[in-house]
Amino acid sequence: MTMNTGHEIREAIARGEVSAVEATETALAAIAATERRLQAYLQVTPERALARAKEIDAAIARGQDLGLLAGVPVAVKDLFCTQGVRTTAGSKILENFVPPYSATVVRRLEAQGAIIVGKTNMDEFAMGSSCENSAFKATRNPWSTEDVPGGSSGGSAATVGARCVPIALGTDTGGSIREPASFCGVVGVKPTYGRVSRYGIVAFASSLDQAGPMTVDVRDSADALEAIAGFDPMDSTSANVDVPHYAAQLRNDLKGIRVGIVSEFEESIAPDAAMHALYKRAYEDLRALGAELVDVSLPHSKYGLATYYLIAPAEASSNLARYDGARYGLRVDGPDVFSMFDETRAAGFGPEVKRRIILGTYALSSGYYDAYYVRAQKVRTLMKKDFDEAFARCDVIACPAVSCPPFQLGAKSQDPVAMYLMDFFTIPMSLAGVPAMSVPAGYVDDLPVGLQLVAPAFEEGRMFGVAHAYEQATRHAWARTPIVYAGDGHAA
Amino acid sequence: MPEVPIDIAHVAKLARLPLSAEEAERFSSQFGRLFEFIRELQALDVEHVHPTAQVIPLHNVLRTDEVRPCLDHEAAIQNAPATEGPYFKMPRILE
Repeated sequence: MTMNTGHEIREAIARGEVSAVEATETALAAIAATERRLQAYLQVTPERALARAKEIDAAIARGQDLGLLAGVPVAVKDLFCTQGVRTTAGSKILENFVPPYSATVVRRLEAQGAIIVGKTNMDEFAMGSSCENSAFKATRNPWSTEDVPGGSSGGSAATVGARCVPIALGTDTGGSIREPASFCGVVGVKPTYGRVSRYGIVAFASSLDQAGPMTVDVRDSADALEAIAGFDPMDSTSANVDVPHYAAQLRNDLKGIRVGIVSEFEESIAPDAAMHALYKRAYEDLRALGAELVDVSLPHSKYGLATYYLIAPAEASSNLARYDGARYGLRVDGPDVFSMFDETRAAGFGPEVKRRIILGTYALSSGYYDAYYVRAQKVRTLMKKDFDEAFARCDVIACPAVSCPPFQLGAKSQDPVAMYLMDFFTIPMSLAGVPAMSVPAGYVDDLPVGLQLVAPAFEEGRMFGVAHAYEQATRHAWARTPIVYAGDGHAA
Repeated sequence: MPEVPIDIAHVAKLARLPLSAEEAERFSSQFGRLFEFIRELQALDVEHVHPTAQVIPLHNVLRTDEVRPCLDHEAAIQNAPATEGPYFKMPRILE
């Protein structure tokens, strides 16, 4: 069972070869065939999806214009509010929360004809790099079901990696789209901060959170970002910057493009011979397409982890103060209002969330605010300057997305700092707010690894152009079949 | 054992997040290694650097103050753990 890409489905629908209902049924069948082994979804919504698909088919029959994603099955991380469909953020504290409205990005996907088939598993409140911090279940990697899919957008990565749907939405705060995209062999895009509205996305760290597409190919990411991007009056931090037709910016060669190679990152990856060799080959592939490779430096990137683990938990501790049992979510009753607050929060949050609330509350507390939080914000300024200087010398940066291929379930779950280090190559871009993506770059130990591409703010089109040329020349995503199909009778 | 500067019991109180003794002890030892990284920030000279709170150049985003359609009352309280009439119902706050 091979799921086509989103643009192939849309074109087949436009030619009348397939209906939106048939495309949706194909996706639902692929989910049913793999879900027992993959555990990618917290909820599949077949009735809602098929009803929506019928509406799309009826609209097409009436001669309405096809949206950018007409009839394309899409999964969304359970961090996005979906009106009338339970939205848990992977947390016990929101186990029964049914949003009365949809996130702007969900509404924009549906306005372009996309069909939402379900809500994907994730680390609780998007805090984690393996999907093991979900309060409900652990998702498996479609390329090796003993391994994690990455996180926090692990369910979205796994369902696209298993070719159940061509497009899923994730969110990325410090690497939560790019790391799982690398682990599951898919394309994953973190847009520029402000590019995509955060309205209706359960908040983690508000100065860092961004939603973005996870797809089988680069063209689908370009179309999906075009669908969701742009100013939203409901999010005052969304930028009023025109959204281009990204598909027109896809390239097939890299003549005249200067690609920056980050010397600090090359030093970090060098001790791992297999990873080092994979990335060296990727850079040579870019050069063979006509790119000029130039050395650039991100001298403050080594401070990224410390900076991020002060700023993100500080913002999280503030955002998560709203979960107090008063207006929505879990309530554990106590003899008075304060014990209700305390007992609700103690029972509702999992260990990683508690760890970050404590850390963030400390960084913001009286006497420590300047020493930790403000200092981290100053280092953030230096990291942003690093990128400004690097982009004076190059058009895009190419670098590792991850330091290793997917790891086994349980391998890092008792060691938070080992887990935090998974985001070493992705955090600096989040702190600087610049767009970055992971694109399949081959396999190490038979498991997928992604190449990270980074562009200046609001230059996602340039990034897609480079990613497309690389993808079409190397075809890594199509070189092998995810193992999740072995034994299920669905070899692609 | 690296030094961990956090008074976890005090911070837990600030966060309204009571921790078991086992949780407090585990977090404390886990923070140890993280603070090895955080201490490296203290060595950087940032005296003349401005802090960055957000990364895109947006300032004073304003909108006109006008009544617009919004959630109706019933939808706004549909997820409440307890209600009485049109209100969120809470345990007694004042004696």
